Amino acid sequence: MDTALIPKGVKRCPLPQFLAGLGAAHVVLLWGVFAMLLCWLKGLNQTNMNNAYGFAMWIWADRAVIALGGGAFFTGFLRYIVGKDKLKYIINYAVLIGFICYSSALLILAIDIGQPLRGWFIFWHANVHSMLTEVAFCLTAYFFVLCVEYLPLVLENRQIDKVPFFHNLTHNMHEIMAVFAATGAFLSFFHQGSLGGVAGVLFGRPFGFREHILIWPFTFFLFTWSAAACGPCFTILITKITEAIARKKLVKDDVIELLAKISGWMMLTYIIAKTIDTIYWAVVTAPSKGLALSHFYTNNALYGYWILILEVVICGWVPALILITDKGRKNQFTLWLAVILAVIGVSLNRWVMVLQVLAVPVMPFIKWVLYFPSWQEVATTILPVAYGVILIMISYRYLPIFPQEAELNPLEPPALPEDEPEAGEEAAQEAEVQEDQKTGEGDLQPAEA
Amino acid sequence: MKHEKAKKFGMVIDLDKCTGCGSCMVACMAENNVPFREDETDKLLSVAWMRVYKLTNGKPFPDADICYLPRPCQHCEGHHGHSPCVSVCPATATDYDTRTGIVSQIYARCFGCRYCMAACPYHVRLFNWYDPVWPDGMEQSLNPDVSVRMRGVVEKCSFCIQRYQMAKDRAYMEGREDIEEEDYQTACTQACPADAITFGDLNNPHHKVHQLARPDHRNGGKPRAKNLFRLLERLGTNPKVYYKSSREWVRNLGDNHDAIQEKA
Amino acid sequence: MFPFSFEWIWDMVHMVFHGALWYALSIIGMGMTYCIIKAAYDSAQGSKGDHH
Repeated sequence: MDTALIPKGVKRCPLPQFLAGLGAAHVVLLWGVFAMLLCWLKGLNQTNMNNAYGFAMWIWADRAVIALGGGAFFTGFLRYIVGKDKLKYIINYAVLIGFICYSSALLILAIDIGQPLRGWFIFWHANVHSMLTEVAFCLTAYFFVLCVEYLPLVLENRQIDKVPFFHNLTHNMHEIMAVFAATGAFLSFFHQGSLGGVAGVLFGRPFGFREHILIWPFTFFLFTWSAAACGPCFTILITKITEAIARKKLVKDDVIELLAKISGWMMLTYIIAKTIDTIYWAVVTAPSKGLALSHFYTNNALYGYWILILEVVICGWVPALILITDKGRKNQFTLWLAVILAVIGVSLNRWVMVLQVLAVPVMPFIKWVLYFPSWQEVATTILPVAYGVILIMISYRYLPIFPQEAELNPLEPPALPEDEPEAGEEAAQEAEVQEDQKTGEGDLQPAEA
Repeated sequence: MKHEKAKKFGMVIDLDKCTGCGSCMVACMAENNVPFREDETDKLLSVAWMRVYKLTNGKPFPDADICYLPRPCQHCEGHHGHSPCVSVCPATATDYDTRTGIVSQIYARCFGCRYCMAACPYHVRLFNWYDPVWPDGMEQSLNPDVSVRMRGVVEKCSFCIQRYQMAKDRAYMEGREDIEEEDYQTACTQACPADAITFGDLNNPHHKVHQLARPDHRNGGKPRAKNLFRLLERLGTNPKVYYKSSREWVRNLGDNHDAIQEKA
Repeated sequence: MFPFSFEWIWDMVHMVFHGALWYALSIIGMGMTYCIIKAAYDSAQGSKGDHH
């Protein structure tokens, strides 16, 4: 029924199956929307946040998705500025994932603030000394860049592309995409860094506070670096999950391996810096505030030394060492393992830099306060996951996201394997049932979150 | 126009005198229209600008000892007015007034991001998780000089800034250039039956608070007087609330020492 | 955000922050304007550029 909209040369599942998957994702989406409306209409008393936890699950989710969405700016930087041409085969998906992550972050922020109708105050009455101001401006501006990067992809839909104006617009945008990508990288450097600065400047919270380099705390650089390192891992992970669900190869191994290699070296340099930062903080910064390292990791039911070891060693050093080796990248098991660990590692880093900062008692006569999110917080955090799944499903079905898909999956096996990607047939659209995306949100949830 | 000399309002709280009666908390709530709920069992959701903490020395009987510590906003100066909460507010909804040393909160400007709460180590910043609901008739007794805050914004102790405004107005009407020490006193100071709280201008040598604290302004405002301390001195927040106690264990609880002890 | 909002101060921090912001926004805005105008012009000329 929708054959005319599906890119040439590729097969997609029958429309009813697609709609069933889409419907399942929408059920989750509606659950999240219901919780979101509750928060907007009844206020933040719907959450389990309290005066000890002004920041909680949402701010973690916000920082995590922005870090994971970092694959978009860094892949764009590598493709357009550094000139890693091979990455053009994965850049579309990186942009789409980035677009989902950043739009989700903005939505979460809109739910998180106590007076959503005053959200524009952050722009209008901007305090340029606040890290959050820098985050808001750069994040919004970078979201515009992602829209600009995603737009040509939408315009490349078979039917839209037939309109000469849109075709020419897409062509022109591709021509100057390097300019947009450079602007995106510039903005990303600042907002990723500012997100790190959010905790790093809190000199009243010794767990988060870090020494300054230039005008920024060290976490500024660590957050930018970790997003550039782990963002591509998330892009690889989502690509791999999409391939598993679609039951076909969408991106050639050499492309994945190149991105994984760069990511691995970025991770290694990041984790060296992170280790130095942690040691310096533990032996110099925190003691200068009167606090020993043990203060941050004992006398409570959750935050033990294990979290530090998990973040820095298991989800930091291990994936970095796997990804810098040729063997580690080529072996599918170790590749999967490394990208999953990297994603967990960066998400855990964001968690501790939001929640553990607040959980640690600073006044000597108060105790640790632990927190568990309410269902409304969980639902509104899963909402962007469902939204992401829906956008991926629609984009994958109707837009030429993966330039190598047709080549890797020729419609008629005996036909010329070297054919142009768009030289396929339309007739076979209903021929073969594929499982792509039929599971809806289920399998994508952990990775998207 | 004559240039007014900068004031630095602050407090000295004598913990040896405090009985933990809670009068300061009640007076503060009444003066500042602080909202409350029918069920206040979850103190982490309560809004109390002034909170009294109970400190214990952790020793068994007969050496057990307790101390009550009233904690208003510390009105930190930090370095050059960079108090922990002021510089982080993205919408300029809070300000450090260099003329008074008071950290203000603009309720109509705050959009409830709660970054200032994350920044404050003293937990003085509180969020309105609920809309304020007053028992029938009680709205008649609200203080008309203090705006009632709506759901979704952060609020905190203002050192009863409205009283300062009124004191200035009165002085102006009476043809005086400046206010006297007794013209501007916070509600908690006046309500304390044990006279444990002393409030005034830390910059004015004639004010009792200055004489008690003897702040060393060249050394980040540290107290020179014996037995005085400030909460979390090592963080560099430079607060303007000083505590006094003759008991060493109480003074020790004013800051973290575990790393220092480990080094020793 | 704009020089006419009353918190605006013409100091170095404001100039650096807003300078960088408006520089980035201008590039995005001008880039898109160029693409749209050129696409309209190309379409009027009847050309159909190939970007693949």
